[in-house]
Amino acid sequence: MTTLDTELAPVLPVDGQRQRVPKWKKRSTWVTVVWAVALTVIVAVVLYPLLWMVLASFKPSADINGNVSLLPENPTIQNYVKVLQGIGGIPVYTFFINSLILAVGSVIGVVLSSSMAAYAFARVRFAGSKIFFGLMIATLLLPFHVLIIPQYIIFQRLGLIDTFIPLLVVKFLATEAFFVFLMVQFIRNLPMELDEAARIDGAGHPRVFFSITLPLIKPALVTSSIFAFIWSWNDFLGPLLYLNSTDKYPLPLALRLYNDQSSVSDYGATIAISVLALIPIALFFFIFQRFLVEGVATQGLKG
Amino acid sequence: MTTTQRQVSTKTSPLGSAPAGPRSSTARAGGRPKLSEKKRDGIAGYLFLTPWLIGFFVLTLGPMLISLYLAFTKYNLFTDPEWIGLDNFTRMFSDPQFQQSVQITLTYVLVGTPIKLAAALGVAMLLNYRSRGSGFFRSAFYAPSLIGASVSVAIVWRAMFNNDGPVDTGLSFVGIDVGGWVGNPALVMPMMILLAVWQFGAPMVIFLAGLKQIPGELYEAADVDGAGPWRKFRSVTLPMLSPVIFFNLLLEMIGAFQIFASAFIISSGTGGPAGSTNFYTVYLYQRAFGDLQMGYASAMAWLLLVVVGIAAFVLFRTSKFWVHYGGDLK
Repeated sequence: MTTLDTELAPVLPVDGQRQRVPKWKKRSTWVTVVWAVALTVIVAVVLYPLLWMVLASFKPSADINGNVSLLPENPTIQNYVKVLQGIGGIPVYTFFINSLILAVGSVIGVVLSSSMAAYAFARVRFAGSKIFFGLMIATLLLPFHVLIIPQYIIFQRLGLIDTFIPLLVVKFLATEAFFVFLMVQFIRNLPMELDEAARIDGAGHPRVFFSITLPLIKPALVTSSIFAFIWSWNDFLGPLLYLNSTDKYPLPLALRLYNDQSSVSDYGATIAISVLALIPIALFFFIFQRFLVEGVATQGLKG
Repeated sequence: MTTTQRQVSTKTSPLGSAPAGPRSSTARAGGRPKLSEKKRDGIAGYLFLTPWLIGFFVLTLGPMLISLYLAFTKYNLFTDPEWIGLDNFTRMFSDPQFQQSVQITLTYVLVGTPIKLAAALGVAMLLNYRSRGSGFFRSAFYAPSLIGASVSVAIVWRAMFNNDGPVDTGLSFVGIDVGGWVGNPALVMPMMILLAVWQFGAPMVIFLAGLKQIPGELYEAADVDGAGPWRKFRSVTLPMLSPVIFFNLLLEMIGAFQIFASAFIISSGTGGPAGSTNFYTVYLYQRAFGDLQMGYASAMAWLLLVVVGIAAFVLFRTSKFWVHYGGDLK
């Protein structure tokens, strides 16, 4: 019927009777025009800050404030030149590389540990699985701030402050229930007959997991990878807690340096590096938006 | 292996403990029996769950208990914790900064969350009105949710609401001259709420998926009964959507309690001006990692947990009065 329904088909099975266009859905032309205009206005408001940000990054610092025009009158790449000079003697690519290491590490950790946990919850029958599943769901609602002090103490005792380890080890231990839950929902929707057949042919759980489950939940793995990457890329509190040396800073902490130090003169540079920091997310968004939006939609309906 | 046999085993043992296959437990003549299917499942289950179990006990449950203990102590990270009973909690009553942070955070949660969800539902209904062409809008509206909590956006937000920034300039065109929002304690809260509302895309996507699940027959029946748009919204859309509203309300509320990065960046970590961005988590962070008052901060963390728990509990308890699951309207 609609593009949306076909997009959502893998996660939301649509029953046959919804295929026809119901009477109440037929719209007259002028209603459609009003609809499109209303939505366009809302989109303009919503996207304005992003547009302003990109355009402001090409304005000289002095022009950013107190200037009504959205388009730069004296376009310049001076802000970006200043950003590329780095901060405190550390070249800006260091921050990008640190962010990238953390984000890629997070993706690997989340995909491995969450898919294993999800397989156990969705496909293996063992004592205590229901209790643990309930506890896992409960951690979805747990405020993270209850954990930061004791986690910090633990990692401090282990001598791991100012390393990436505290930031990565939590990802390899499936502590983010969102991902486990997403994958459990996906595995439960797979036909059980495939597992049955493989098991009858003599495959054990590891074999079923690697040869059947993992290939079939690829969409859930892609969705999880994208979210894991973006959340790690945006994470501010974690690095703020655990990293002290500037040369280990990922982008959010580097941005904070610019933000807190910025005098009026490098106001433009602060906005320019903010734009640069968002580019990888923008790329992910343009390439994978369907996966992202559907990942969110599945969460809500099955929750 | 025949299909019939597979089907039979599927029916009898839905979770894969197939009893009838060649690999089912056959006792070797004279020897010990092999591990039963059930035991194998048990071992496999725990093996697959090992990373999560370690994470849960070592990084979640254990820390929760540690922080519960610390809440009753005085602890500065370097000397041993000193048991002080309820002192941390009684101290909260005489700590004006703490009380301000509670007031700010509650305002943000109780005002911001309903506005954000109303915006999400409104736009979702607009998108649901006509499906063709709404894919672009859906993605565009979702984009801010992905980046809204990032430092980049906080920096841009601050720049936009600065004195003579685009918002200030735009408003003076229509005759409203409020100056910079960032430096004005009275306008910081509206600015923070706008930042939250701007990220309405994630709950909107969930609402939209929920709206698509409402059977068209219900609206047809309402048409036949002569119901107007408002009546249809109140008597069909809202009840049918109530599980999704409940879910969004729960998640958004819990998320709002934990706002940190944007408040921290907008105030440069100070909670200012005049404590107006001193959100609960910002204050907790300052107490724990600025002043090393780990005991007091742990008490604050547990209070947050209890408050969030109570809020969730109240939502769950009242949900039976307004959340309709399935069939009762069909």
